[in-house]
Amino acid sequence: MPELWLGFLKALKLLATLDREVMEIAGRSLAISSLACLVAMVVCLPLAGVIHFNRFPARRLLISAIQTLYGIPTVLVGLLVFLLFSRSGPMGFLGLLFTPALMVIGQALLIMPVILGLTISALAGLDRKVSRTAVSLGASRFQAALLTLREARFMVLSALIMGFGRAISEVGLALMAGGNIRGYTRTLTTAISLETAKGDIELALALGMILLLIALIINIALNRLQQAGSDESH
Amino acid sequence: MNHIEAIDVSRSFGSSEVLHGIDFHAEPGEAIAIIGPTGAGKTTLLQILGLLDKPSSGRLKLLGTEITASVDSYLGLRRRMSFVQQKPIAFNASFRDNLAYPLRWRGVGRTEREARVQAMLELTGMSGCARRKAGTLSGGETQRLAIARALISRPEILLLDEPTANLDPDSVLNVERLLAAIIQERKTTIIVSTHDMNQARRLADRVGVMMKGRLMQVSSPDDIFSAPQSIEVAGFVGMENMFSGTILARNEGLVTVDVAGREVQALADYRAGTEVHLFLRPEDVTLFQRREAGSARNSFAGKINRIFIFGALSRVEIDCGFPIAALVTRESLEDMGLAVGAVVHVSFKATALHVIQK
Repeated sequence: MPELWLGFLKALKLLATLDREVMEIAGRSLAISSLACLVAMVVCLPLAGVIHFNRFPARRLLISAIQTLYGIPTVLVGLLVFLLFSRSGPMGFLGLLFTPALMVIGQALLIMPVILGLTISALAGLDRKVSRTAVSLGASRFQAALLTLREARFMVLSALIMGFGRAISEVGLALMAGGNIRGYTRTLTTAISLETAKGDIELALALGMILLLIALIINIALNRLQQAGSDESH
Repeated sequence: MNHIEAIDVSRSFGSSEVLHGIDFHAEPGEAIAIIGPTGAGKTTLLQILGLLDKPSSGRLKLLGTEITASVDSYLGLRRRMSFVQQKPIAFNASFRDNLAYPLRWRGVGRTEREARVQAMLELTGMSGCARRKAGTLSGGETQRLAIARALISRPEILLLDEPTANLDPDSVLNVERLLAAIIQERKTTIIVSTHDMNQARRLADRVGVMMKGRLMQVSSPDDIFSAPQSIEVAGFVGMENMFSGTILARNEGLVTVDVAGREVQALADYRAGTEVHLFLRPEDVTLFQRREAGSARNSFAGKINRIFIFGALSRVEIDCGFPIAALVTRESLEDMGLAVGAVVHVSFKATALHVIQK
């Protein structure tokens, strides 16, 4: 396996020399996935609250459907986004196809089921007494829901870690929604795909290692945050 | 104006009726204890009074407002009350922040909020815990936090569901001291549910006995414990001597009752032929080695069946035609040489008996 070793050496070199193009691609990957997480969080946290705190017909069915979508193929989401935002699609007038903005939207859609489902599970896992206690002490239903979300914050962080991991590592959607345009929508995963197709296995491996390194650093940082919060509460 | 008025309140869950026809009121500043066995409906009643649940039928008036719509529509009213639930939880924050939550929810400004939190920490003697996180508090500390958190909004009605259940004796004492201090101020109407009858006696102005979803009796603690109005209440409050009989004669408020062939005299106003229950507290029974010519109207010879010794007191069970229990000091037990099988004379006053119609 000389490619692995050579890939490792190349990765070290690219990192040590702060290769401009690699840094730019890595930065773009990080920015797109982070923004996608932020968008998904803004949408999913209130939505999870609405689903958890209200009883309505087919609620269980809806939660099951959300959980089913945890494993939706990235390429399928990419296809849907492509069809929606292509020139002839219903959202084509926005002119977002092959832009980083659409990659953010696509990744956000991809990870929403995970973040939504895990946040609902986190809320359900909390003692029902939290919201009941808040209400019995004078909180409105909305204030009680906010408190419950706050109480579940470390579990919600786990959902975000999962979502970020899925977003930064996907390739099908980034290719279909972003088009892998050099200097514009190329991310680490699409670059790996391209370099592999071109036969530059060493560079592909090096980019893969950089991707893993970024994912590792982000995960360690979020886990430390979670750990600190958990220690604080005990 | 009563702070709480419940008229014929019932609550059903599906086909099972958990509360039946509760009639109840509480005056401003009154402390009422609701006692009853587990599953009697105490928690359901408190949840209804705390606007966490709605009666299935009946009328409920809280602080002058009749509850007719969904409980969610009475946020303003709910903010004039607080409820400490059974086995309360502390929110995942510091003791101080936990106290601040009810004030934040009511839109109290930061300066006033901090001043009130500080004052509450001092009142409850918990200043040392201010910065401690919820997860580090003991059961007793969490209970005191829950009470302090409920009090900080200065509620007009405070509801407490089993505030000392599962606590060690020291923590029970601390919580009771805190409650006694609040009760003494007479600013808050307090409804506390407990299964500890002595706690109810110590804390409350009136005691309500709940059994199987019914409020059987609401009276002063003395009346509950010495003059229960039903055999169920008598049994629950530990009335150990309960007899059944038929009134043979009545003479100016003094009745003669046939109890298992023995004539027992008691104060009551029922006619001859009425079937009655008679209740007698063991501490009102006196034992003698031989018949004494005292003021007690009832004196019977009997044989000691059993003796239980607990601490400084002994419980002596005697068969004098009907079973009767007496409490004597351990010293008296030894001085009188009381032993199982010995014959003693049992004596009790007509005034010590409480008589109710069957």
